[in-house]
Amino acid sequence: MMEIRTPKTHKAKRVLEKRAPKLVENGKKTLILHGTKTSATVSSVLMELYRLKKGGAIKYSRRNENIRPFESGGETSLEFFSLKTDCSIFVYGSHTKKRPDNLVLGRMYDHHVYDLIEVGIENFKSLLSFSYDKKIAPHEGSKPFICFTGEGFENIPELKQLKEVLTDLFRGEVVENLNLTGLDRAYICTAISPTKVFLTHCAIKLKKSGTIVPRIELVEVGPSMDLVIRRNRLPNEGLRKEAMKSSKDKPKKKVKNVDQNDVLGKLGRVYIPEQEVGKIPMADKSKGVKRERREGKMKKNKEEGSASKKLKESE
Amino acid sequence: MDMETDQIYQIDVGNLLAFNPNHRFSSAPSSREELVKECVTEGTKLVQAIADTLFNLPSTETNDGPLVQLPPPTTKLPREKHLPRPKPPTKWEEFALKKGIQKRKKDKIVYDETTDKFKRRHGYDRVNDDNDIPIIEAKASDEPGEDPFAMRLDDKKKRVGKQEKNRLENLKTAAKAGALPSHVQLAVTGLPISGTKTQPKKIGKEALGDVAGLAATSTASGGKFDKKLPGEKPPKKQGKHHKYLPIVPRYGWVDEEKEQTNKVLGKLLSKHSHEILNVGKAINMYNDKKEKKKSGRSDKSKAKKDITKKKPYANKAN
Repeated sequence: MMEIRTPKTHKAKRVLEKRAPKLVENGKKTLILHGTKTSATVSSVLMELYRLKKGGAIKYSRRNENIRPFESGGETSLEFFSLKTDCSIFVYGSHTKKRPDNLVLGRMYDHHVYDLIEVGIENFKSLLSFSYDKKIAPHEGSKPFICFTGEGFENIPELKQLKEVLTDLFRGEVVENLNLTGLDRAYICTAISPTKVFLTHCAIKLKKSGTIVPRIELVEVGPSMDLVIRRNRLPNEGLRKEAMKSSKDKPKKKVKNVDQNDVLGKLGRVYIPEQEVGKIPMADKSKGVKRERREGKMKKNKEEGSASKKLKESE
Repeated sequence: MDMETDQIYQIDVGNLLAFNPNHRFSSAPSSREELVKECVTEGTKLVQAIADTLFNLPSTETNDGPLVQLPPPTTKLPREKHLPRPKPPTKWEEFALKKGIQKRKKDKIVYDETTDKFKRRHGYDRVNDDNDIPIIEAKASDEPGEDPFAMRLDDKKKRVGKQEKNRLENLKTAAKAGALPSHVQLAVTGLPISGTKTQPKKIGKEALGDVAGLAATSTASGGKFDKKLPGEKPPKKQGKHHKYLPIVPRYGWVDEEKEQTNKVLGKLLSKHSHEILNVGKAINMYNDKKEKKKSGRSDKSKAKKDITKKKPYANKAN
């Protein structure tokens, strides 16, 4: 017995439609949570990350003991939370003796884990420790500049993945129109060694210059930390291909003479040249011969005016 | 934008992203501050590069400031959900395609010929409303005794039921192809029962409570000491309810308890058995029966006998 369930209120319907798979997607939301134990650094990192991403992030305050992103069974809770909150990126913080000040950045595809990267936090400076002119403080939800420096981001696969994940994390919504006065923040990531990345958050000061383009000055406001690459998990090729698919990948090459019909399926057109009926070679020779015989006989009858048995016998 | 020949940045304006693949730390940075300073300067250069492209884009002036149209981002990032799958055609759509039936746009207001007015197609005071028909003419194929209005209602119910079934089937095929519309959910309500077509009737909350109460009364103490499940509400009237009449007669009042027991005894012993039988009614009933037998039981609609008035122990009195 199946029942069709539709939302009874317009609000519920709008929520469901917002979460449905679309051609052009909404900005990814981030889920911030922590594990069994967290140190002061980790909890402040998570809190500040939440503040930076205020509009598009959800922070869970309870500890989650059964989430272990790198183990096969430990992702079910994460996937459930991702489904419930409609979040496709997660930041999981924890602190153990073996992995102190640990942060796992992960992404989801269809609410299943797509890829993971684990980083350790070092030299963390909270945003409260920076002193700057409050007027230039970045506003909540403004679109940031993201800058990567260092050849490591191109050559080393882990750093390449980190670059992609950080872009996804900080990007926010993809917008078409941008107000130039609203540009006030930038994230600077520098690869200082093949395994270490220095990340900082700066506010932008636009200074007058001679041209339309203002001179940019960056002032550090924000949390700054060193990320040490620990473990990572890349997505498998098939999943990656599917996730990277977009609707306008390549225009379908028009195959000629083939038609798709919903009812009949695939239809083809075949062109046949003009048939000259008299010259078609016949398979059954005997019949053709018979007709020729008959016609020949009729002709002869007309000419001679009498049936000739001799003609029959001869043929 | 090129600053020096070996310093070409990879800029993605759509994402406000810039990447400098050519930077190398020339010397090991002496201190943390030096390192930070160098990183920030490099970052500034990159942001300046993006801003150069950004501010040179055609902008429109609005109240809040200059608005630019960003080009689409060039870095490809993975999607968060799969691409929406195409919906398989419904049974009607397949049929329409086969027959070449085109969809026609229907007007909201239609001309009604019975009343020469324009009426709406759906809703209050609509064209061809089923409830508005005053007279339905009888056809030769109609049997007498059938209510055509009730038949129309029945037909409509059947049509609606068939449509719902078809809709469910279409949604099932869509769900199989992974293309269920986002606001619809298919839920399994019960186990499939083979053999019977009737759905098991769901017992309501009050009915369940009543049954629990009934079961409680069957216990010796009337359900007073029954173990309660967590969340179960206390029953309405617990325990045995026995109304005890006052034994001590009050001044001026009849001794009620004595009267009660006497009444019961009297009925049992039939001391006043003649009062139990209503002689007049019995005679009438007898006469009726006799007349009926004579007439031959022609009229079907006769009032039923009043069987509630019993004659207990009428024979045993003597």
